[in-house]
Amino acid sequence: MAKITLDNLAHSYLKAPKSDADYALKELNHDWADGEAYALLGASGCGKSTLLNIISGLLQPSQGRILFDDVDVTQAPTAARNIAQVFQFPVVYDTMTVHDNLAFPLRNRGADPAYVAQRVQDIAAMIGMQDRLRQKARGLTADAKQKISLGRGMVREDVNALLFDEPLTVIDPHMKWELRTQLKQLHHDFGHTMIYVTHDQTEALTFADKVVVMHDGRVVQIGTPQDLFEQPAHTFVGYFIGSPGMNLFDAEVTGRTARIAGVTVDLPNTYAPRGKRVQIGVRPEFVHLGTGCGIPARLLRVEDVGRHRILRLEVAGQPVNAIASEAAELPAVPDSIRFDPEGINVYADDWRVAPEGGATTERAA
Amino acid sequence: MSLILERVSKVVEGQTHIQPTDLELSKGTMNVLLGPTLAGKTSLMRLMAGLDVPATGRILWNGADVTGMRVQDRKVAMVYQQFINYPSMTVYDNIASPMRLMGIDAAEIDRRVRATADMMKLGEMLQRKPLELSGGQQQRCALARALVKNAGLVLLDEPLANLDYKLREELRAEIPRIFEESGAIFVYATTEPEEALLLGGNTATLWEGRVTQFGPTPSVYRRPVDATTARVFSDPPMNFLTLRKKGGRMLFGDKQDMPVLDALTNQPDGTYLAGFRPNHVELERKRAAAMQFDTILNVTEITGSETFVHLGYGGERWVGLVHGIRNLKPGQPLAVYLDPAHIYFFAQDGTLVSAAPYAKAA
Repeated sequence: MAKITLDNLAHSYLKAPKSDADYALKELNHDWADGEAYALLGASGCGKSTLLNIISGLLQPSQGRILFDDVDVTQAPTAARNIAQVFQFPVVYDTMTVHDNLAFPLRNRGADPAYVAQRVQDIAAMIGMQDRLRQKARGLTADAKQKISLGRGMVREDVNALLFDEPLTVIDPHMKWELRTQLKQLHHDFGHTMIYVTHDQTEALTFADKVVVMHDGRVVQIGTPQDLFEQPAHTFVGYFIGSPGMNLFDAEVTGRTARIAGVTVDLPNTYAPRGKRVQIGVRPEFVHLGTGCGIPARLLRVEDVGRHRILRLEVAGQPVNAIASEAAELPAVPDSIRFDPEGINVYADDWRVAPEGGATTERAA
Repeated sequence: MSLILERVSKVVEGQTHIQPTDLELSKGTMNVLLGPTLAGKTSLMRLMAGLDVPATGRILWNGADVTGMRVQDRKVAMVYQQFINYPSMTVYDNIASPMRLMGIDAAEIDRRVRATADMMKLGEMLQRKPLELSGGQQQRCALARALVKNAGLVLLDEPLANLDYKLREELRAEIPRIFEESGAIFVYATTEPEEALLLGGNTATLWEGRVTQFGPTPSVYRRPVDATTARVFSDPPMNFLTLRKKGGRMLFGDKQDMPVLDALTNQPDGTYLAGFRPNHVELERKRAAAMQFDTILNVTEITGSETFVHLGYGGERWVGLVHGIRNLKPGQPLAVYLDPAHIYFFAQDGTLVSAAPYAKAA
């Protein structure tokens, strides 16, 4: 396994890019630690596939370098990079048995037959296919074939990294749980460096140690699921992570207070935001409905999602969401909302503003 | 306006795809077909649409038998997972096309295209081609074409499955509103329990070609009639514990033993299944009456605000969803708690014996 360094990396599909907008991947510098699991998360067209293709060697970047354990591999072809890849749709050899499919990458590199036999058994146990090893892959369901693809991706222990490109797309929701748990378990057991591309926030957050959120060709935040939830670095992260996403309110922020919709709200820290547009962001989990408790609000609709309820509200003509637990009682005369102070973040022109003089209530990471 | 299925079944080459099914859908309702892949959702929709002829039974539309009637002669619109638009036509012409086939006059077509496009937030894009639209807009265009016909029956087969997460969230919120405005009977197939809950209306749960339950969505969710329905309508799936009632005691796990819960007091001795949802698993004892299970923690997954814990208890595998960020070490023993108010009891054959007390109160 290897550390992956992205050095001054950028890519444009145009021959002579002029401005930032011409870059599908905007300049990026980062070290991805050996043995960590990363998820690349973003909407379609955000640049995550471009980045993955640069790492796998399918694409040569128009600028910058990529290093595996400090060795420059920017110009190296995919085959020379010693990586394993699993794609969106299963890639298996139909005429081979499940066993031979799993053994293929090892035999290809001339591994010792005794080792191959043992390793295939281990992997088969992990993907729950021990009893089907003698069966031909032809005629298996898409689920089973994708499990083989995953297994084959993981069979070699000496790869630099494992790359997954939306690997659970074709899998039923119930089965997704199972496969994701197995991947997670595997990462825990073997400590491979894993990069997992997805547009599904649940998959990204539950799979990865660190989530790389991409928007419009730019990495807007790299952080733990907790970081992304509690301190979104950009309003896009607030919107994209969480369902529903973070509420944003235009605000005048001075020191420890914010004025929104004509009401003063206390902030957890002191801020001095600079920017054209100042907003505060509050996730629905930190918004509480009450009677006479602060910011005037109108309750439009309550949606029962089973384990919790989504309250659709209107504040100063703007839609706002709150989440109430399954058991929580709603006020008889709801007319206002309040925020948990620790759930408030301040934004200037879409980027999070750090509190002045260090945070007093910021939680330990 | 109503659609009635009477003992409708479908058999393909000797294999039963749909068991004899009775369903009654009434005017202005949203009806969700919820089940995993191959449960029979699409087969059932094709029977409703008239694309397939049932092996047995009758289909009644407003009381009239339409069982053998061709789909062209019925007021049906269908939207598929792969959104289908005519790539060479503008959005305007795409939406207008079904009405042109119906021979409606140009002024009326124009009025309806614009009204429907506005409802679908496509009013500004009428002159664009489908490929110049985002995925969400393309699917809205396909939905607009289905709605503009004023079909009495609108069938949506996993219409959001191919869209990005956030687009799905947006359209899910819009669809019930659109449906309220149209007054048609909507049928919506999905594999996702959360989508069914967000859409509301009624839900029919499907499993292996059989409708296991049909009723108002929240009530099917909270009062499933059997373990199959409970499993289908839970993501992650409902957890189960096999236990034995013997006199006044309940025996389970590795020699665990406790006084029998109220729900089973009047039931005969024997084996039962206790079912509970992941979000009702607790890591702290909140009530004295809570049951304790000494599990092994296999994996944790943190979503940002919540943590999934994957647990092993004897031969059973459970999932718990708990609030907050829990940094727990996998491979270690973990005590979890379960409030008896959150337990469903099923007989060995899966039939519901007693709904969870909290759900009865809801």
